[in-house]
Amino acid sequence: MLTALITFGILAAVIGLVLGYAAIRFHVESDPVVDQIDALLPQTQCGQCTYAGCRPYAEAMAAGEADINQCPPGGASTILALADLLGVDPKPLNPEHGEHSEKTVVTIDEQVCIGCTLCIQACPVDAILGAAKQMHTVIASECTGCDLCIPPCPVECIHVVPVKTTLHNWIWPLPETPPREVTAHG
Amino acid sequence: MEFKTYSSPHLPVANNVAVMMQRVLLALLPGTICAFWIFGWGVIFNILLAGITALAAEAAILRLRNRPAFTTLRDGSALVTAVLLALALPPLAPWWIPVIGSLFAIVIAKQLYGGLGYNPFNPAMAGYVVLLISFPLELTLWSAPGAHLNFLDTLALVFTGQLPVGQSLDTITQATPMDSIKTRLGLSETLSEIHGSPLFGHFAGAGWEWINLWFLLGGLWLLQMKVIQWHIPAGMLGGLAAIALVFYAINPDIFSTPLFQLFSGAAMLGAFFIATDPVSACTTPRGRIYYGIGIGLLTYIIRTWGGYPDGVAFAVLLMNLAAPTIDHYTRPRVFGHGDRE
Amino acid sequence: MADSGASFKRRQQPASFGRLHTFHGGLQLPGHCEVTAALPVSSAGIPPILVLPLQQHIGAPAECRVRPGDHVCKGQTIATAPGPISVPVHASSSGTVIAVEKRPVPHPSGLQAECIVIETDGRDSRQQADHAAIDYRHTEPAGLCELIQQAGIVGLGGAGFPTRVKLCNRSQRIELLLINAVECEPYISCDNRLLQERAAEVVEGVRILRHTVQPDVCIIAIEDHMPAAEQALRAALDAVNEPDISVTRVPDIYPSGGERQLIKILTGREVPSQGYPADIGIICQNVGTAAAVYDAVVRRQPLLSRIVTVTGDGVAQPQNMDVLLGTPVSHLIATAGGYTEDVERLLIGGPMMGYTAHTDSVPVIKTSNCVLAVTREEMPAPPPAQPCIRCAKCTDVCPAELLPQQLYWYARSNNYDAAQDYELFDCIECGCCAYVCPSHIPLVQYYRHAKAEIWTQEIQKKVSDTARSRHEAKQQRLARIKQERAERMSRKKQALSGDSGNKDAKQAAIQAALDRVKHKQKLAGTVPKNIDNLTVEQQRLIDAADRRRQQQHPGNKTTD
Repeated sequence: MLTALITFGILAAVIGLVLGYAAIRFHVESDPVVDQIDALLPQTQCGQCTYAGCRPYAEAMAAGEADINQCPPGGASTILALADLLGVDPKPLNPEHGEHSEKTVVTIDEQVCIGCTLCIQACPVDAILGAAKQMHTVIASECTGCDLCIPPCPVECIHVVPVKTTLHNWIWPLPETPPREVTAHG
Repeated sequence: MEFKTYSSPHLPVANNVAVMMQRVLLALLPGTICAFWIFGWGVIFNILLAGITALAAEAAILRLRNRPAFTTLRDGSALVTAVLLALALPPLAPWWIPVIGSLFAIVIAKQLYGGLGYNPFNPAMAGYVVLLISFPLELTLWSAPGAHLNFLDTLALVFTGQLPVGQSLDTITQATPMDSIKTRLGLSETLSEIHGSPLFGHFAGAGWEWINLWFLLGGLWLLQMKVIQWHIPAGMLGGLAAIALVFYAINPDIFSTPLFQLFSGAAMLGAFFIATDPVSACTTPRGRIYYGIGIGLLTYIIRTWGGYPDGVAFAVLLMNLAAPTIDHYTRPRVFGHGDRE
Repeated sequence: MADSGASFKRRQQPASFGRLHTFHGGLQLPGHCEVTAALPVSSAGIPPILVLPLQQHIGAPAECRVRPGDHVCKGQTIATAPGPISVPVHASSSGTVIAVEKRPVPHPSGLQAECIVIETDGRDSRQQADHAAIDYRHTEPAGLCELIQQAGIVGLGGAGFPTRVKLCNRSQRIELLLINAVECEPYISCDNRLLQERAAEVVEGVRILRHTVQPDVCIIAIEDHMPAAEQALRAALDAVNEPDISVTRVPDIYPSGGERQLIKILTGREVPSQGYPADIGIICQNVGTAAAVYDAVVRRQPLLSRIVTVTGDGVAQPQNMDVLLGTPVSHLIATAGGYTEDVERLLIGGPMMGYTAHTDSVPVIKTSNCVLAVTREEMPAPPPAQPCIRCAKCTDVCPAELLPQQLYWYARSNNYDAAQDYELFDCIECGCCAYVCPSHIPLVQYYRHAKAEIWTQEIQKKVSDTARSRHEAKQQRLARIKQERAERMSRKKQALSGDSGNKDAKQAAIQAALDRVKHKQKLAGTVPKNIDNLTVEQQRLIDAADRRRQQQHPGNKTTD
């Protein structure tokens, strides 16, 4: 009995030492998990996840304070990727934070704009060009569709526009049976 | 004028799962008739019981899963599973043996994993192994080739366990040739002595050699019709014959000839019908050869040194476990790329 | 029904580049082209309207150079190429431009694209310009390249890659110029008829291409079910006594007409996966492109028309037609006798790689080699897909030696990383796998979807990386402004918190600043209006303000 205990104790100690040494000697440098999480997020910076941007949300997830299903612009694909990265089960998007919808951009109605710069201050990626008392305009290619500029505008001149499907961004849909009629677009 | 939208290719498709399954059943027919001829009505009862249970079980599960039952049953895969299982069972087994085996094969080994195309293990062999381990006695008592019970007697025996007048269990059942070899080798007899018994025929077990021969011919027809490919049968039979040859050369007194190994038990049935089940086998061409060789080797090992007389079922299930790994390491080189590392 | 296995015989023919090789997989398919291959090419005539999309090729769309109301002549350039990977568009017949707008174009999405719409006047008059044939033998290859580009020639085999880029924009030496007359897809026979009727022009076009490319060897590859075409071709070569261009017969296996597969058959070499045939010293051109090059150099006519096979049980008189580019498909069908009763599907291209058009008002463009109107009987609706039984028949027939089954599983489960690992982008979308699948799974659609999703994801990644860097830049900017403000505040505070003995120094500093401003203004010659010549009212307001200031901050200097 005693010999068994001693033997196992020594074995455990030896194996523990080997494992510890291996953990240090063969340690692989990898990105901090916050960077890896941030790389998966869509960078809309909209705040729908209740954090002030994508990076704070990534940090919260890394600290275990936030769940992986709080990002509506990312949708199911982001949740799956986060679940894969963090080794947790994927779950459906939390409806409290909003719904996943098609990518949109905003546009400013130039007849109404008064040049107050409130929207410029609100835009997290500086996608609105303008200055005080100068015309404001949205750079559509940089707009992430976060819609943060819409509440501050005092004259409600900012409108949401869906991104149009053209020949260049059309995608073959996944097969479904039976085949359906194509409705003419564009 | 407006038209409907479809995806290419647009030519009508050449192949069909139902036709493939029908051809498999057709190829099984010669061997089945031979088995009926040698072992009697029990074979037919097994097939009927297993078949009906399989179809009923699949229909019930599909209803539970809200899938279209009739169209799925029509593809014939449940029937093929049932027939293969029935052919592996002893002809005089009680009625509940094929029923339980078939239920397990269809419900647990196939439908619970997602139905056709999703099962990792061969359902017929899974059902057979469950029976073998749970009811070893019933599964090793094979009918004696000479004792032809008539239809009514078989019916009575299978459903009620009532023995025919004047017969005892010993007279109508006996061990299979391979079972007999195993027992007697354990008693230190040599093969030449064992082969003298009436259990053995021209080149393999009496009766068994013909059944295997018909399965071989049926399998070759399937190859010809391109329902199966040559890789798995060649691998399995080649592997089995090769290892048998090696050991036969070492000690002919204890180890049977390759010919005996190839025509005994479920070797031919396994090579052409069981191991070639595409869902649970490997998919890459090279992988299939290795898969077949693995089954052949394991069959020989279990037959010679394992606890069971025939190792095909276990060999198939063990190689099913290995199939995804073999697939992963035998990926073919893609056109336009250099050699795979 | 076609045999899906790989046990067909491949006849070896002696070729001047060594023996024939084989590629993995492929199918023998029923030809369906006997009727149309035997009939002469008819003319589709001049339709009332021509719809010319600005993009009929791979690359950037052409830029429109005409406006509604302009009159155009046949062969006039109506849209120019904006960059190197583009080609111009020409008016296929004379008439008036009635619109430049979005119209349905041949594309699987059914979406519309920008087109120039011409109402033809029936006169088909060409421009008054120099139409004298150019002798290619005395022209530099660069000059021929320019002619080919100006003629708007793209690969007429179906891909539509700008020919000039393929022929001329490369630095590699070319060993083999391969002319592709291997029409392997069922139903299509336009190249077959082209060779039977215009073999001499094709041969001349090949010689022009050879002069442009300067290869060591030149081979025309033809399929062995086109004997009449082969005969015509050989006769044309003999007629001009051209021993250096040889004709090789290739077995009738789909898809031997694919560039990479054909190169493998003739040379045994494989084009590298992410590379082009030019990387291994080979250039491949379609016979139709050779004929177009002849037209451009000898007839001085740009690419204005092509031969289109109009066939299928859904059309009354299947035949090959010489069609002006921009002709609506409805006009073609009408000229071919109209639809039959049970027509159900309209395909642009062949039955293996073509796509359905949802309306017949789409025009014929440079890459339309076939219009198939089929009945339900001829091509029944595909039965619902069953689960994959992992039979691997798809693996047996894939000419790219992929594992279509694995690609299917990964595409279906959106596992795009694994799909790319299994070389999804090497798939040429030939359709062989879907053709043999016993479970009737529409495999090619899964791969197309997966490829498009991967491209979209890559674009999204770039977009989100840009958004992240812009966001970080903005935050840095705000932080920097905040810091500067804080520094200014702290400096000011420091200045303010000095002892009261410095008050006079402060006053002196303020007076000095005011003097500086006055001095500057004097130099600039401006006289501030608000200090001198004050009106009574202004002075009164200023005094009131001064009194208020004195009350709040006694001791401060007043404005003066």
